[in-house]
Amino acid sequence: MNAAALDKSKDSNDASTSASSWYEASARQRVENLLDANSFNEFIGPELRETSPHLPLFDLPEQFDDGMIVGYGRLGGKPVLVAAQEGRFMGGAFGEIHGAKLTGLLRAARDIASLPVLILFDTGGVRLQEANAGELAIAEIMRALIEARLAGAPVVGLVGGRAGCYGGGGLIAGCCSALAVSEQGRISVSGPEVIETNRGVEEFDSKDRALVWRTMGGKHRRLIGGAEVFADDSVASFRDAAQYLIEHAPSMNLSTLEAEQFRLTQRIERFGTCADAIDIWRSLGATEPQRIPALSYREFAALANHLQEPRHDAR
Amino acid sequence: METLNYRNKAQQRAKGSKRQVIVGVVASGNLEVLAERVLPDTDCEVDIRTAAEGFGEVWQAVVADFVERRSPGGLKFSINDGGARPDTVALRLAQAVSAIEGERT
Repeated sequence: MNAAALDKSKDSNDASTSASSWYEASARQRVENLLDANSFNEFIGPELRETSPHLPLFDLPEQFDDGMIVGYGRLGGKPVLVAAQEGRFMGGAFGEIHGAKLTGLLRAARDIASLPVLILFDTGGVRLQEANAGELAIAEIMRALIEARLAGAPVVGLVGGRAGCYGGGGLIAGCCSALAVSEQGRISVSGPEVIETNRGVEEFDSKDRALVWRTMGGKHRRLIGGAEVFADDSVASFRDAAQYLIEHAPSMNLSTLEAEQFRLTQRIERFGTCADAIDIWRSLGATEPQRIPALSYREFAALANHLQEPRHDAR
Repeated sequence: METLNYRNKAQQRAKGSKRQVIVGVVASGNLEVLAERVLPDTDCEVDIRTAAEGFGEVWQAVVADFVERRSPGGLKFSINDGGARPDTVALRLAQAVSAIEGERT
């Protein structure tokens, strides 16, 4: 999104909530403040106590919503379906119930065929205590997401939570019509510690926070075209981004997939020999790529729009 | 896991008309509290599932103090606890009452 469009924020919520940090907010606060005031209606709310059947086997505490909130509401007066992960409960990880709630929401989107879906990602991936059920959930969600898009429902992902968007969450994000990410958001499949454990510290030092952020963080994802919009860490900015992306989401068809394949091929040809994200930013045309991590939201959003037009195909 | 349940008599009915609220999160040192208006106006029930076993006396004291201070008549509180300290528990219970009575959370 261009900076001018972001400037004229027309938020109907009061200033204190819309300016509040997306990163710091709980999943429920994000949903409440993102949507039009008092418009959210939850499906399978916490009072139904649909908790994980697996966690008690490990003597682990449950959460009444299993870390996933699904429902419908209004955004700028228009109806939307929404799902939000609570990143502080078990790292926002996908278990059987957690995943089934999102699958059900996406199947509803497929059947209704016109309502947009917002997914507020905040996840480390699959919950290891329910590994098989969690992996199956990821596959079911991806199928349901693609079916919803084929039926004509835009599915927009918002990434800016403390757990980032990793593992199966990264795969699901890759299936979305479009993504918005903040600087704090990270999108990847294998997380820093997984890479270090499997490939060694020489390959990836998970303690090097600057390396983690410039490899998986929101700025890098925006610059290589993995996310269409770079959002500020505020509810208001994510609200604007969600509205913009719902309006501009591409349709899902063969030519979209071919364009995606073409752009990914170009990306590996262009950047395949780069050793570090800074090399990629330099070859994109950034004159002082080493300064990018320190740029403010506005400076970076302007630079990103200058270097790379938002593209609605490949992640 | 340990399951605890306390029933107390409350002086007054909790204000407001909201049917339910949920506050907090199940994480290390934290807890979630689901408050539901499902009991007679003079009753208060607190249902706890906690990962930290053997602290029944502390829970009982915190709950008794809470009911005395806030008088949450008519409310059932269901807690999933991730090992929160007593002061955190007291704050979350107070937050749940404020929320269901319509005050800002």
